[in-house]
Amino acid sequence: MDMLINPTVVELSRLQFALTALYHFLFVPLTLGLTFILATMESVYVITGKPIYKEMTQFWGKLFAINFALGVATGLTMEFEFGTNWSMYSHFVGDIFGTPLAIEGLMAFFMESTFVGIMFFGWDRISAKAHLVVTYLVALGSNLSALWILIANGFMQDPRGGTFDPNTMRLEFSSFVQLIFNEDAQAKFVHTSIAGFVTGSMFVMGISAFYLLTNKRKDIALRSFRIAAVFGVISTIGVVTLGDALGFIDAKAQPMKVAAMEAIWNTDYNTASASWNLIAFPDKAAGKNLFEIGIPYVLTPLLTHSEDTVIPGIHQLVDEAKPKVVNGIKAMVALKEYNHDHSNLQALATFKQYQADMGYGFLAMQYAPDQDLKKVDASNMTSVVDKTAQETVPNVWVEFWAFRIMVAFGFIMLAIFAFAAYFSLKNDIEKHPLLLKVAMWSIPLPWFACEFGWITAENGRQPWTVYHMLPTFVSASSHSVSYMIFSLIGFVLLYSSFIAAEMYLMFKYARLGPQVSHHGHDKAPAGGGMAAQPAFAKPSLNKQ
Amino acid sequence: MDLYIGLKVLWWVLLGVLLMGLAIMVGMDMGVGTLLRFVGKNDGERRQALNVVGPHWDGNQVWFILGGGAIFAAWPTLYATSFSVFYIVMILLLFSMILRPVAFEYRSKVAASKWRDSWDWVFLVSGFLPMFVYGAAIGNILEGVGFHFGWDGQYYQTESFIWYLLNPFAILSGLLAVSMSIYQGGAMLMLRGTDPISSRARNYASTAGLVAIVLFVIGGFMIAGMHGYRLISGDPGMPANAVSGQVVHLASGAWLDNYAAQPILWLVPLIAIAGMLLGAMMLRANKPIIGWWLGAIAWIGILGTVAASMFPFLMPSSDNLNQSLTIWNASGSRYNLIWMTIFTAIFVPTILSYTTWCFRVMRGKVIKPDPADDHAY
Repeated sequence: MDMLINPTVVELSRLQFALTALYHFLFVPLTLGLTFILATMESVYVITGKPIYKEMTQFWGKLFAINFALGVATGLTMEFEFGTNWSMYSHFVGDIFGTPLAIEGLMAFFMESTFVGIMFFGWDRISAKAHLVVTYLVALGSNLSALWILIANGFMQDPRGGTFDPNTMRLEFSSFVQLIFNEDAQAKFVHTSIAGFVTGSMFVMGISAFYLLTNKRKDIALRSFRIAAVFGVISTIGVVTLGDALGFIDAKAQPMKVAAMEAIWNTDYNTASASWNLIAFPDKAAGKNLFEIGIPYVLTPLLTHSEDTVIPGIHQLVDEAKPKVVNGIKAMVALKEYNHDHSNLQALATFKQYQADMGYGFLAMQYAPDQDLKKVDASNMTSVVDKTAQETVPNVWVEFWAFRIMVAFGFIMLAIFAFAAYFSLKNDIEKHPLLLKVAMWSIPLPWFACEFGWITAENGRQPWTVYHMLPTFVSASSHSVSYMIFSLIGFVLLYSSFIAAEMYLMFKYARLGPQVSHHGHDKAPAGGGMAAQPAFAKPSLNKQ
Repeated sequence: MDLYIGLKVLWWVLLGVLLMGLAIMVGMDMGVGTLLRFVGKNDGERRQALNVVGPHWDGNQVWFILGGGAIFAAWPTLYATSFSVFYIVMILLLFSMILRPVAFEYRSKVAASKWRDSWDWVFLVSGFLPMFVYGAAIGNILEGVGFHFGWDGQYYQTESFIWYLLNPFAILSGLLAVSMSIYQGGAMLMLRGTDPISSRARNYASTAGLVAIVLFVIGGFMIAGMHGYRLISGDPGMPANAVSGQVVHLASGAWLDNYAAQPILWLVPLIAIAGMLLGAMMLRANKPIIGWWLGAIAWIGILGTVAASMFPFLMPSSDNLNQSLTIWNASGSRYNLIWMTIFTAIFVPTILSYTTWCFRVMRGKVIKPDPADDHAY
């Protein structure tokens, strides 16, 4: 072995990835949701021919553009960061993980990014119907993009469709069907996309509420408010349903994540009466909750949709991990021998015998003397195994609370959307200024829910980058600390100035409201300043 | 021939196509960014220049993202190693690449001249720097890169990033890429811009084309003289494992081996020179469409020259010669390459057809946007 893995570099790489991913995820949900709201508004325009719906589409489209730019820009970082900071990970899973990312580019991202130009600039150059098709293609593209990204993510959560090959030392792609029909990926895709619809709805509804409160362009505000409120009710119900399905899937594939999410330390074999922790203060070092308020009879049906499925606690899962660590160490030692001498078939046979647990061997490396598993012997075996088994527990406190905050925000939003939709459909939403104010101040809620959802999913995956296969600890590139500090400072400075500029522009254009953009549009239609007819005079091909 | 070997070669060709698409399309947008302050003397002219590429830069940028994804999937070891070895350089590239979309969207949304002028500097840096890094990285790869692997496939790096940016051949390659991007961007500005932008662009672009010829020829002599890599043994059908399985030697002039074996390959650099020369002449003669296409052909010739010299190497290691990355030891698995081929066969023609449609929709001259129009860039 050349040099030891530096834990500081691993932690800094994790920090950088988490910051850049959370940041990227500030822009993604709005893109996912707003595209479909825009497409809905534009559909109404094409069907009814009422110009106000075109105006609405263009106004919200401008806010969409401000958001879209940052989504694309920060997405670039994600596509490159696996290679720049997670080289061992990229080498180990690239053959199967890289493929959905490449397909995402080919199938979805290209479509979205190419047509978005026509969506912004093509109003006067193609017919109204053709433009509507373009808008739908942008919406479809951004959501297909999410699909492939989450298929890749699903592989990290529950690796299916890849087989480890000791000759290439990596997971090789072996089943396309298993990769794309991974339950975790499917449920998470729908959950995440719909979370985007919730975000888009809250955004449009909140800003429309602001216009209603300040008497700006009521015609646009009332219509936008109604579309968003109805869209919001349906989406929030969908997000909760799929979130429940995802929990059900995780309970099978990632029991440790679920135990941490619910802060269950010990298995309760009285499944029917097992209690669900509404509030808990988990303490990982002590291995228990310092304080908890539980509701009996709720846990088992909630998580497993049955009354008699046992939900294992963290302590039991740690115990179950111990023999896997022992096997994993054997597997890795044999694998290293085989790699030094490919004719050593004895070593290969030993490796194959314990291959299923090789990930636990990787995980044990950080506790082996000099990170060399060969140096694990009778004298230190117990301590290495115990520490490694403990290592399989994620940060329970973060997991428990991130999950609860996400769920709580989801239900609060459902209530707001329900009231808003009810009064809006009854046509007297203006008589409820308090509700309008609540809607306006609730704009940040979906973002918090999305970010905490990401934390729940990815914190709960720790200590693995690929569940049970590859630990985070061995996944990072072997950079120096100074390289990491350089890039981290760069990201923080750049991203902070981006968010400042974005918020400034969002507030500026949201406050200005549709009037100005309407006016500006009539005077100088979109199209890169190309001379063209007034906005909706004659939707036909440009004649110059 | 074994299917797996065929797939490896196919994906080597596709890697080349991607790098060419990236160079031509993204390079063009970068060139416009680099030239922005020079072809546009006031805000109106600069906005006009930006709107020349306005509807398309986003789609073009996807070449870059697709490049990342395709290298990740089809060449996992190359992706894992090259991106990490060139860490600081890649991060600088990334920073300038992510600044550019923001600059496009935000520049003209606020009227203050200080705001707009700052973004114009961002365009300059984010046009120049990525193209320089693109060229410099290819130059470094020709020279061999300091890395090797541990038994488990983890890479280790043995050279500092300062060397990668500041060695003579890398600087030359970087400047060649920048010149070509100025050429390509200038040709587009001529094509869709009006005077005075278009005549200014003509001067910059045709000069850049001639500079590119000089740099390319000097670079050619440097390649002929430098230590090249020679694959002594290595089974093209081997499982993709860069740790062991190859024997590589270093020899002066080895990058000319392929030309000696197949003299017809000399056509490739000749095409590059002819493209640049004829292209510069066409731009001078105010024929930007032909000029643009000749520039694209020149790019194909330049990158084709690199590919012809290096085959079958992807990224040679100066640190442990035998662990050099080649087409044979750094690819994805057979199964994966089959699926990637299927998706590419379906979607690349689709992408090309709708991209063509979009360019057709937005064709025509771009005039100065109305100062009150905050919808245009």
